[in-house]
Amino acid sequence: MRHDQGIRIEGLKKRYGAGDTAVDALKGVNMEVAPGEVVGLIGPSGSGKSTLLKCLGAVIEPSAGRMTLGGQVIYEDAWKLPDLRALRRDKIGFVFQAPYLIPFLDVTDNVALLPMLAGRPNNESRKRALELLDALDVGHRARAMPAQLSGGEQQRVAIARALVNRPPVILADEPTAPLDSERALTVIRILEEMAGQFATAIIVVTHDEKIIPTFKRIYTIRDGRTHEEAGEGRSVEGVKAQP
Amino acid sequence: MISLAGRDILHAWGKFVFTGIGLGLLIGVTLTMAGVYRGMVDDARVLLDNSGADLWVVQQDTLGPYAESSSLYDDTWRRILGMDGVARAANITYLTMQVRRVAGQDPRDVRAMVVGVVPGGPGEPGQPGYLVAGRQITRGHYEAVADMASGFALGDRIRIRRNEYRVVGLSRRMVSSGGDPMVFIPLKDAQEAQFFKDNDAIVRQRARTAANPALNRPEVLQAVLASQSVNPFVNAVLVQIKPGFDPEAVAEPIRRWQRLTVYTRAQMEEILVAKLIATSARQIGMFLVILAIVSAAIVAFIIYTLTLGKIREIAVLKLIGTRNRTIAAMILQQALGLGLIGFVVGKVAATFWAPIFPKYVLLEPGDAARGFAAVMVICVLASVLAIRAALEVDPAEAIGG
Ligand SMILES: Nc1ncnc2c1ncn2[C@@H]1O[C@H](COP(=O)(O)OP(=O)(O)OP(=O)(O)O)[C@@H](O)[C@H]1O
Ligand SMILES: [Mg+2]
Repeated sequence: MRHDQGIRIEGLKKRYGAGDTAVDALKGVNMEVAPGEVVGLIGPSGSGKSTLLKCLGAVIEPSAGRMTLGGQVIYEDAWKLPDLRALRRDKIGFVFQAPYLIPFLDVTDNVALLPMLAGRPNNESRKRALELLDALDVGHRARAMPAQLSGGEQQRVAIARALVNRPPVILADEPTAPLDSERALTVIRILEEMAGQFATAIIVVTHDEKIIPTFKRIYTIRDGRTHEEAGEGRSVEGVKAQP
Repeated sequence: MISLAGRDILHAWGKFVFTGIGLGLLIGVTLTMAGVYRGMVDDARVLLDNSGADLWVVQQDTLGPYAESSSLYDDTWRRILGMDGVARAANITYLTMQVRRVAGQDPRDVRAMVVGVVPGGPGEPGQPGYLVAGRQITRGHYEAVADMASGFALGDRIRIRRNEYRVVGLSRRMVSSGGDPMVFIPLKDAQEAQFFKDNDAIVRQRARTAANPALNRPEVLQAVLASQSVNPFVNAVLVQIKPGFDPEAVAEPIRRWQRLTVYTRAQMEEILVAKLIATSARQIGMFLVILAIVSAAIVAFIIYTLTLGKIREIAVLKLIGTRNRTIAAMILQQALGLGLIGFVVGKVAATFWAPIFPKYVLLEPGDAARGFAAVMVICVLASVLAIRAALEVDPAEAIGG
């Protein structure tokens, strides 16, 4: 299947360093994620998962290959965009293992900061943030500071932040690692819902056995190369019900 | 857009307020140092203003009477009075010493500048021009007008050398260039106080004079002894000139014909400010430089530590698309905010404690404005290190390994 929207990666290579100490972290990665789809990316430690996310997230430069995000070629043996910062701000949402909320901004402004950075007016940005927080069931904590939230609540705020600019792509690096299985599955359900609602293509890097059964498609990365597999694709409720 | 710096300051307000107070006390000390210098200059000006003189006539080739010792015969003033353009001329003596209150309230010792003036009331050069209480010296002996800063009260009895004086008047802001309060006493008493020898010294001097065969003749010895027991000297003659005369034009003939040194008001101010206070001014300048460096170091250290504590958040901010400019502005604004808190605390502290200082501390709005500008410049410089550290943060760090 081919998508003009979503994520498309072809023959992506990344070499760290040069000469004797060079490390080929990615040796030809191919991946496709459709809008509205959540795929898993798994692989042993050191296989290149974070490297792939960093390339997609435009914070490190690949060595060769091609990446398309939301119908736009962003890399083809060189960056195809002048402003990677704006690309990250407008086209990509990030969710990390830890929520990394800004401790001196309240929950609403943590989320509203992104549209504000993009130049939207404050009240419009906050309105959008509150809608998302409500959708993620943390609307009642909108005025709290991040330190006053539970881990699961913080992670949901982080997801709201990743979603607020309606990016075509969300990159999640071990988003459920600090959470118990109940909360981890809730996060996955939220990501699935959001993907469906906003037609977002989502990649979830994970080691987490609890959530792996929920993916319909899984990419395994081993030694710098990806292999596509069909996942179990079970519903979150189904996994939860199973002891 | 919201103010990231403002939010961070509100969030970590304790850190900012306490650092700001520490910095503020330092800034307060700095402002006070400047105020001490201004106070010294102002004391010097007030000294010259209050002397009511247009010209100071002193011993030839001296910088007297304030910066160097100077002595003139006490009849010099008559010859000066005869010069063209001179309206009034009056003898004056200055002697800095300890003055003791012997009756009145509790005894106390005050360092004071004892000024000998010709009794005659206001208008005469050298007289205290304006009294807040009591009256001028009218009798030729044993009356005193003291400055309020001495702590003496009307009716107090004070001792200067061997004699006791009654305080009959109180003046305000009559201080020496060193900030010591003035005590005015009649000229004759002051001359005696300056010349004062104890009894043993008088006896020894008489014996030495008598032992000199050239002097030990009945008709000579009495005259010599008499001349040795009076002090015919004063320190300066203060001159007021007639309206319409140029001070320099009046001074020049006195210099030429009386062979004395004469200073105009401007020259006297130059001597006091540029020569007498010059070393103190450099001393204070050194303090200002050191305080500025210490303040800069504190601001730099605090802002740098605060920034290092936020490296992770800064990486996230960069990853989600915050401009470097926005992050640099956040750090800069925090440094300026810290400086602002410090300056306000410093200004309030200086205003509060300045009156408690023993010497006059003059806080000029201009100095405060310059101080504020300096604080802001220091804060900008101090934030450079932190801004550099923040700009070096790699957004990839936010994603981790
Ligand atoms: N900055 C770097 N310089 C050199 N080599 C690097 C760098 N970052 C990663 N590598 C190497 O690239 C390979 C892939 O690393 P990567 O961080 O992508 O692994 P990962 O799949 O995320 O592992 P983990 O599951 O442990 O997080 C590893 O061999 C690693 O040592
Ligand atoms: Mg990793």
